Amino acid sequence: MSSHVVVFCKKELRSFFDSPIAYIVITTFLLISGWFFFSDLFLVNQASLRNLFDIIPFIFMFFVPAVTMRLISEEKRSGTIEILLTLPVKDYEIILGKFLAGLILIVVAVLLTLVYTFTLSGLGDLDFGSVVAGYIGLIFLGATYLSVGVFTSSFTQNQIVAFITSFAIIFALYMLNKVLMFVPNFLASFFEYLSVDYHFSNISRGVIDSRDVIYYLSLVFFFLFLAVRALESRKWR
Amino acid sequence: MIRVKNLTKKYGELKAVDDVTFDVHTGDILGFLGPNGAGKTTTVRIITCFLLPTAGWVEVDGLNVFEHSLEVRKKIGYLPENAPLYSEMNVLDYLHFIMGVRGILKDRWSQRTKEMINICGLGPVVNRNIGELSKGFRQRVGLAQAMVHDPEVLILDEPTSGLDPNQIAEIRSLIKELGKEKTVILCTHILPEVEATCKRVLIINEGKIVADGSPAELQASFQGKEQIYIELKTPFTDVESKLANLENVEKVKEILTNGDDLKKFTIECARGVDLREGLFRLAVDNNWVLLEMRKEQASLEDVFRQLTTS
Ligand SMILES: Nc1ncnc2c1ncn2[C@@H]1O[C@H](COP(=O)(O)OP(=O)(O)OP(=O)(O)O)[C@@H](O)[C@H]1O
Ligand SMILES: [Mg+2]
Repeated sequence: MSSHVVVFCKKELRSFFDSPIAYIVITTFLLISGWFFFSDLFLVNQASLRNLFDIIPFIFMFFVPAVTMRLISEEKRSGTIEILLTLPVKDYEIILGKFLAGLILIVVAVLLTLVYTFTLSGLGDLDFGSVVAGYIGLIFLGATYLSVGVFTSSFTQNQIVAFITSFAIIFALYMLNKVLMFVPNFLASFFEYLSVDYHFSNISRGVIDSRDVIYYLSLVFFFLFLAVRALESRKWR
Repeated sequence: MIRVKNLTKKYGELKAVDDVTFDVHTGDILGFLGPNGAGKTTTVRIITCFLLPTAGWVEVDGLNVFEHSLEVRKKIGYLPENAPLYSEMNVLDYLHFIMGVRGILKDRWSQRTKEMINICGLGPVVNRNIGELSKGFRQRVGLAQAMVHDPEVLILDEPTSGLDPNQIAEIRSLIKELGKEKTVILCTHILPEVEATCKRVLIINEGKIVADGSPAELQASFQGKEQIYIELKTPFTDVESKLANLENVEKVKEILTNGDDLKKFTIECARGVDLREGLFRLAVDNNWVLLEMRKEQASLEDVFRQLTTS
């Protein structure tokens, strides 16, 4: 990987962890997912990782935009983008570096929920294969949300606008397979294919199918590509 | 070193830069002057590959800015207007970050950092967060950022804005020093700055180049009235009217003084007319004691005002 990507990624990680953002966001994430997880455990007296895997894609809808909203919009607002883009680096290296920093933050947050998983394994048998698959699925899902967030952050200088638009796009991608009864039949399978949740439930059942992986990777590529174009668009304005 | 040819940039309907052509040679310090909104920042943003022009082209060291963008950016050090820096980073980390991106080898970092701290006077603030710094120190960090890779071309957009007179003097002498080996473009609307540092001046107004030459050349080409300054000692009070009645005098302005008998005037006449002999005789005839008489040089400020107001 190009050394520029590494430099940008490190810088972004430092600014996550030097400021309270990372800690607040991760703590909130763990509290909310933990609350849903354990309340099921105590109420129904029976918990499975399904609960966790059902709730995290939902929490991610807020969590991921909170991580990405300032990534590029803040550079635009403060003007630092002018130094950044006149350094001898390619635009995609900047985008990729920032994306990877966000991904590392998300992976950290997701891995911290392993605490819950281990609590559970103390209580009963766990299907190890489906746990691993579920976690891999979560990371793919998070990466996809992140790419949306990086994209929306790159076309505005307003963090709030970046947050809301990425939330809206992610929400739409998440809901697609839940509105199937309202769409004509010939569109139904198309909607289902586009839905992030459909592919996630495939993976979290324990089967990592290349079709699902390709789906996620193409979305990530697509949105990061749009982000690069959004950065370049300044030149013609 | 830098060639700008027929450069035009439109923002929608607004022509911010209009058919601008100029060259800057190695070792030149070019003062890029113009009133607010003249198009200075827009022009340098195109040279630094931040913006694309609507028409025209730019070459840096023989490389086309659009085709060899990365190569060109390696050669340039750029301090944008208002020195936009990461406020949450500390000065040292920031310089390391820039060196990392610029591909400077890690074993040279500490030496290079030391040099920058010396040159830009960053000693007292190296470990402070940039967001906490005063404007002057932020400008210096911006300057260090622009010079850290020892670029051949240095482009500084209003580097002394917000600095106190001591810092301004320091930065000017620094720029002058740098200009011995490097090519420097200095955007500003502060005229003494240009007079103090630049070998060459380019004045831009409403997107068009209106003057190009050394400060002396520009002063010589000034089209305004000629001015003479005189200082007299006399108790009489009708001096001003007598001066005004002298042949060829167009305007007399008294400069207020505290001394009772001391009187100072500036006298305007058409360019090419020499009033001095007439003034001398008038003084002798009236028994005025003539203490001083001199022709005023057109200042760069006069030239600037003439060219940029319509
Ligand atoms: N991003 C932009 N979109 C639209 N118009 C712009 C943009 N940037 C600059 N302009 C306009 O282009 C013109 C030239 O602006 P520019 O910033 O180049 O002037 P300047 O000479 O640097 O002025 P100053 O001395 O105030 O810094 C101005 O009329 C300005 O309003
Ligand atoms: Mg400007």
